[in-house]
Amino acid sequence: MARVAFTGNLKRHVACPAVDVAGASVRAVLESVFAGNARLRSYVFDDQDRLRRHVNVYVNEKRADLDDPVGPRDEVFVFQSLAGG
Amino acid sequence: MGNRILVATRKGLFDLKRGKAGWRIARTAFLGDILSTAMRDPRDGAIYAAQSLGHFGVKLQRSDDDGRTWKEVAAPSFPKSDDRNGPSVEYLFAIEPGGPAERGVLWCGTVGGGLFRSADRGGSWKLNAGLWDRPERKEWNGGGFNIEKPGIDTVLVDPRDPRKMVVGISSGGVWQTADGGVTWRNTSKGLYAEYMPPAKREDPNIQDVHRIARCASAPDVLWLQHHNGVFRSTDGGASWKEVKTIRPSKFGFAVAAHPKDPDTAWFVPGVKDECRIPVGGKMVVARTDDGARSFKVLTKGLPQKHAYDLVLRHGLDVDETGKRLVMGSTTGHLWISENGGNSWMLAAGNLPPVASVRFA
Repeated sequence: MARVAFTGNLKRHVACPAVDVAGASVRAVLESVFAGNARLRSYVFDDQDRLRRHVNVYVNEKRADLDDPVGPRDEVFVFQSLAGG
Repeated sequence: MGNRILVATRKGLFDLKRGKAGWRIARTAFLGDILSTAMRDPRDGAIYAAQSLGHFGVKLQRSDDDGRTWKEVAAPSFPKSDDRNGPSVEYLFAIEPGGPAERGVLWCGTVGGGLFRSADRGGSWKLNAGLWDRPERKEWNGGGFNIEKPGIDTVLVDPRDPRKMVVGISSGGVWQTADGGVTWRNTSKGLYAEYMPPAKREDPNIQDVHRIARCASAPDVLWLQHHNGVFRSTDGGASWKEVKTIRPSKFGFAVAAHPKDPDTAWFVPGVKDECRIPVGGKMVVARTDDGARSFKVLTKGLPQKHAYDLVLRHGLDVDETGKRLVMGSTTGHLWISENGGNSWMLAAGNLPPVASVRFA
């Protein structure tokens, strides 16, 4: 099971505690998270199930895309890119 | 008379009420979040607030207890596409109730170019395919600052027949349906864009409609603030005639139409498109009372020195009497007039940049 954690900025808007889920890719583990937390999907994915433009995912220390692999002991972090104003 | 105003800003929703001591901010919500618009549905009292969370997309919130508590409902979203560049809603630009007897029906115009309909108070939304599937849509353009995709900024449901609607697109012209959105036709005749190459100037599908307002009691009279100037229609929006009397300038975003007098409308002119500040640093409202034959430039109560406020397309509203107006600027000023714009008072001076004001 991979561990998936979300930025604190997202917790302001929607409950998203870290969870351990199955899946062999970033997309697969996120889908596993959304299966138990449907409201979270639209905060991370756009209408076409792409990562939102200003949402970044890291697998362990490495920036990752949705198709990148995830191992059972990996940690996946969902962050937002920062902007001012 | 309008005793309540919903103000959607870059950093929250502000709910103003008028009491014996005057106007005050009675409640705030979503502080820190970008709001694009807010609307109170006169049919059931529900309040809708549209968020644009930057990183996390557009969201729609509804309050069923007059703004005390909020619940996230569905936001309009495009159906899944086979195209890897398929569309996604980027901004909820305009939310309007359906007809008086169509309880629960809402329309939402979006940046992304989709018009959406909900039949269940935002519980779910459906893309209006009749407009989206028009081949001319491919010619629509984005409307500028933070609007990279075409945006439907105006949705007017005809008070006589809710199947008849007018929408304004920045930039895609004026479109109308008479059958509830099954079929649409572009009704931009008379509009022109002098900044375009000559062959495209009168192209109905590139017209940059900043905002359209309709006279409620004479619904065939519509006023339109275009990127290129001001236009008026007296035939239900079938054709448009340029209003050349507007002053001190013809550029602007907002327009409000008097609810009872088809000869009266208000505009908030700025210098021009590449210089979006008041002419001479003087904040003014332009009003015609004679069907655009002439305009009065209203200044009383508005700053006449070093004012750089811009009023965006949803930043001006008039109440059902035509006497009370509200105007909110990108500099965070909120002015209210209780005499048709003859004089204005500053109701709030330190708001975040204002996207939308609306009597509730």
